[in-house]
Amino acid sequence: MSVLVFLEHHGTELQKGSLGVLAKAATLGGGDVAAVLVGGGVSSLAPEAGKFGAAKVYVVDDDSLEPPLPQARVDVLAKVVRDGGYDTVLFANSVLAADAAAGLAARLDAGLNWDLVDVELRDGELVGKRPALQDSVLVDVGWKAAPRLALFRAGSFDAPEGAGGEPEVENVTVELEDYSRGAKVVSQEQEESSGPSIEDADVIVAGGRGLGAPENFTLAEELARALGGAVGATRAVVDAGWYPYAAQIGQTGKVVSPKLYVALGISGAIQHKVGMQSSNVIVAINKDPNAPIFEFSDLGVVGDVHEIVPKLTELVQQRKGS
Amino acid sequence: MKVAVCVKHVPEGSPRLDPGSKRLDRSGEGALNHFDANAVEEALRLKGSDADTEVLVVSLGPAKAADSLRKALAMGADRALHVSDDGVAGSDLVATSKVLAKALGRESPDLVLFGQQASDSDGAVLWAAVAERLRRPVVSQAAELSLAEGALRVKRQTEFGYDVIEAPLPAVVAVSDAINEPRYPSLKGIMGAKKKPFDTVSLADLGIEAGEVGEAGSQTEVLALSEPPSRGDARKIEDDGNAAQAIVDFLAEKRLV
Repeated sequence: MSVLVFLEHHGTELQKGSLGVLAKAATLGGGDVAAVLVGGGVSSLAPEAGKFGAAKVYVVDDDSLEPPLPQARVDVLAKVVRDGGYDTVLFANSVLAADAAAGLAARLDAGLNWDLVDVELRDGELVGKRPALQDSVLVDVGWKAAPRLALFRAGSFDAPEGAGGEPEVENVTVELEDYSRGAKVVSQEQEESSGPSIEDADVIVAGGRGLGAPENFTLAEELARALGGAVGATRAVVDAGWYPYAAQIGQTGKVVSPKLYVALGISGAIQHKVGMQSSNVIVAINKDPNAPIFEFSDLGVVGDVHEIVPKLTELVQQRKGS
Repeated sequence: MKVAVCVKHVPEGSPRLDPGSKRLDRSGEGALNHFDANAVEEALRLKGSDADTEVLVVSLGPAKAADSLRKALAMGADRALHVSDDGVAGSDLVATSKVLAKALGRESPDLVLFGQQASDSDGAVLWAAVAERLRRPVVSQAAELSLAEGALRVKRQTEFGYDVIEAPLPAVVAVSDAINEPRYPSLKGIMGAKKKPFDTVSLADLGIEAGEVGEAGSQTEVLALSEPPSRGDARKIEDDGNAAQAIVDFLAEKRLV
């Protein structure tokens, strides 16, 4: 097996999700693993990939490719797969990676299994694990032929820094397709968060529409403070202007996997679930007994957040104070 | 201008996987994938009152998928194209994108729209594969979309914020479900839908060989189905006035406070 991992970066940081997939690939037992890095100034990030198990890093260091658009990445990946003879290409899900993976699948007529949470070698064959139908069934999926493409759910793997050495770096030049140059990023708005980063927090208290009004986010903030955590929000409340985008958790927004996730007035729509389902322990409070969030909560409480949360905050404070 | 919207007919209620074929059981009632309603709505919004813009809805699926196409027509789409062929069942991304690209290629739309996800398979990638086969620019997660002078402008929502992206037409866009609130079909719309052009084509009509699609033309396969690992001792309680204490006890038990 010869595995290639698509590495994603944001600014000067390699994304944790793609490093997790790289670390997983390196421990699969299928031989050396290579990675691909595309963007402006990415050469300096290549050594970092070695620590997570990349024996080789293909680099396209080009400022014109820094905007996070998928089609130029398909051109790069297709060339590396063909020239390097790779039979397996792995991606950590993101807005960019999903589009790059599917574009590559069509380019190479290759099988893509998505939404995987794990992968293993079984008698030399690659087998992916995909929870389906609201996670009510676990599906083992395979590929009939190489190249095999896989897109993993965000947060599927930890990214432990290993003892890997300095990777071999190969610079690649790629002729882009006309249509890959069509889309252009003309501006970017990126909100930086203030306060503790939700991606690194051990505890997250997140609020949704069920809080009722923007000022009720103080309930979430006070509970988060008592638990020593950060505050998150659903897309619905961010769209409504109740809370800043930096706190948004979900398919668009941050993907988090804290030790404790407390969901206040959150229904648990798929858009949100994708961003927090790999949290260790999930506690949900919602007045709708049929809210989907209860299907993936460790403790579900059917009740009014406005009644329960102030008491809960007080009890947590008492406990910490004692 | 011609705007094509790709829509999927998905099972309603709690769908199941058939243990024999390991495929989704599509025998029960179905409906228009609700994420695709956002794409239909966006096409209708772009059309506005412009009689020269045609909104074409396209679906690949079993005979019942005609119901979802009719719903899109009732919302206001002008014409439907249904690719219906038993040979399509079991198609994966590679095969599905091939058929859709063939069907769309014949129509030469200026813009192809998708919804952000299929609610049955959780698939959220098809547009990128179709765009690749059509050799057109693609933008996904569009939270805002506008057209001007042969180009489109999309506000794309990502993990980090918003990107404003421009691309020349023809192009492919997948809209986010945050982009609009889909309208409900009016009674007049429902009645009018019955008179709108509705084409049904087979794989042979599209010039596709049976071996290129379905399970034979797919590159992925389902090997086995099993019970997912449970979330341990998941429990659900109703607040009887003591829920806050119950939560603290639970957190203490898990050593989280």
